[in-house]
Amino acid sequence: MTRSRIALAVLSAATLALGACSAGSLGSSDDESGGGKVTLSFLTDNQPETVKMAEGLAKDFTAKNPDITINVETRPQGTEGDNIVKTRLSTGDMTDLFMYNSGSLMQALAPQKNLTALDDFAGQLDDNFKKSVGSDGKIYGVPFGNYMAGAILYNKDVYDKNGLKVPTTWDEFQANNAKLKAAGVDPVIQTYGETWTSQLFILGDYHNVEAANPGWADQYTKNQAKYATTPAAKAGFDHLQQVHDAGYVNKDFASAKLTDGLNKLAKGQGAQYPILSAMLSQLIADNPGTENKIGLFAIPGSDAAKNGLTVWAPNGLYIPSSTTGDKLEAAKKFAGFVASPDGCASMGKASQPSGPYAVTGCKLPDSVPQAVKDMQTYIDKQGASSLALEFLSPVKGPALEQICVEVGSGIRKADAAAKLYDEDVKKQAQQLGLEGW
Amino acid sequence: MEARPRTSVAGPAAPGRKKSPYPSWFYLPAAIVYAVLFLVPTVTSFYFSLTRWSIFDSQFIGFDNYVTFFREPALVSGLWHTVVYAVITSGLKVVLGLGLAVLLTSQIIGRGYLRSVVFFPVLVSTIGVGLTFTILMDPEEGLINESLSLIGIQGPGWLTDPSYALVSVALVDVWKGVGLATLIYIAGIVSIPQEYFEAARVDGATAWQNFRRIVLPLARPATFTVILLSLIGGLRSFDLIWAMTRGGPGFTSDVIASVIYKQYQAGFYGLSTAGNVVLFLLVTAIIFPLSRFLNSKEVDL
Repeated sequence: MTRSRIALAVLSAATLALGACSAGSLGSSDDESGGGKVTLSFLTDNQPETVKMAEGLAKDFTAKNPDITINVETRPQGTEGDNIVKTRLSTGDMTDLFMYNSGSLMQALAPQKNLTALDDFAGQLDDNFKKSVGSDGKIYGVPFGNYMAGAILYNKDVYDKNGLKVPTTWDEFQANNAKLKAAGVDPVIQTYGETWTSQLFILGDYHNVEAANPGWADQYTKNQAKYATTPAAKAGFDHLQQVHDAGYVNKDFASAKLTDGLNKLAKGQGAQYPILSAMLSQLIADNPGTENKIGLFAIPGSDAAKNGLTVWAPNGLYIPSSTTGDKLEAAKKFAGFVASPDGCASMGKASQPSGPYAVTGCKLPDSVPQAVKDMQTYIDKQGASSLALEFLSPVKGPALEQICVEVGSGIRKADAAAKLYDEDVKKQAQQLGLEGW
Repeated sequence: MEARPRTSVAGPAAPGRKKSPYPSWFYLPAAIVYAVLFLVPTVTSFYFSLTRWSIFDSQFIGFDNYVTFFREPALVSGLWHTVVYAVITSGLKVVLGLGLAVLLTSQIIGRGYLRSVVFFPVLVSTIGVGLTFTILMDPEEGLINESLSLIGIQGPGWLTDPSYALVSVALVDVWKGVGLATLIYIAGIVSIPQEYFEAARVDGATAWQNFRRIVLPLARPATFTVILLSLIGGLRSFDLIWAMTRGGPGFTSDVIASVIYKQYQAGFYGLSTAGNVVLFLLVTAIIFPLSRFLNSKEVDL
């Protein structure tokens, strides 16, 4: 009696466990109910603004195409999300559509094998974006979101109150920091509770690297240039260390999260936050009335004349090669909608646009936040902006965020960190089968 | 106590083994399951650790993965952290488990209730425990540091200070796992025949002598079980560390398992397979001799 009961318990536990496993693949197996109706699943990351945009797009698209319904699913951000995307792609278990980074992370998905080419839409897209979702002359994605900058967001009120000017060299930046600290404001906000936010001083510094060493990205891909041996490239690590050593960061830098950092900046408890400009939408959504209080400047380098903005291409919307038949047709239709002015409008309605669009014919509304205007100034000026390294080279080491946290927390020195990162990158290059590694 | 001959513990004697009453194909279903789910993956993983593979193709590269793996700077510290973590958790579980078991086998009020309270954390999901303690241990707003500040102590950044992160996670692991150790000890202590205690009482033994001379030696099998289980658990521990620190800050609480996981996440499948083979060999190298040693001790009580 008892034994059979135990057996039953084990059996039901096992079925539960199995059920739990298959829950992850929900959506992709949605049955197509008759009548030409198609349901597509769409995976995005779980950043609140991304979800709003995805859901806005899905709603507006269905309003125009009543036969196609789109279910938005979410995944974690950062390396955890990379893992989910790669695993689901390689097991053929991906949703019908998914949103993912463009550039080197997208190249690591082996687009020729795993993604459906979307060349039909190439005419509508901007060249820089095409480069960042292209492989072997084909393009595999349409832009989901806007161009963004890796730059320093700053609180204009705090700057005005302390009589500060936007810095164009690192020395000016440090001088500002000293004054801010004396005034009792945290000069630089860091949020290592979310490790990816630690990388901006290095990744956002790339325009300055490229300005000092034209063509660095190519040499880097060919294993001819290194972070540790290029002074301009190593400067990013140095900066991170200097900011920590001088005590310019907020006290809770080790545990604070992105949202904490944005709120600190909006409230003026911190003056400057090196972050991706796309986070502006969240900052404004959480702190209404801050549109014109937050400005943006490029990460300062050694030469004021060559200082400029490092720009990230928008994320992409991709169709995995596992999507076929009716679903593929419907998915392509959706991609076409996203890559059209209607799509831009839909995204802009759902979330405050935080940078230029990559689709021809899409215009930013007249009333954009101050930081976006600042960003546009750099982009409009000849030679004052470049794409980030991850769009120019497929080589990006996975441990950069941890290494940056170490430098920014005073655990490791900048020199050692640059060397360590060069080692980390080697594994990625070998896995990709690049020549010269 | 007389020493028992070893064979009596080792089960039915080998010489002159009778033919099994069952035909050998009876073993087949179990053998197939075992081969498909355990043997084949183990053997193929040895092969794939020698390649650089994605899901679609693999390229044989000899021992390059092992060379890279052992050059990994995070690995050396990861190995050390793994050992530290395993020793801390295993040691504390033995000490606290034994203490709690002695307490909970004595005549105290609400014994049944207390026993279940001690065991309760074992039942809770590890990730849940990890997330809860991450919030409790927050350096600025966490309950622990806020309580400490009430009595005038400035608590450290439990999970954000590089010198405390690993130990903090280990302590949470102990909190979660000590219930199981206590349970094993309670079983061990309860099974000690009452005659010993009666005899000791006749001889006028104190409570300490009772513990030192009766409970401790006779609960030895329980101690060995606890050490083995918690050491194996500690060596391959991953979920709690991942939920609480993700190996951070930086690499200061990275253990081998989290190093391997991060390599897998990064798409270095061959490298992480090699890492798993190394972890497998390491756990075997520590646990196998240890278990032989502890088992041999068990006989000559």
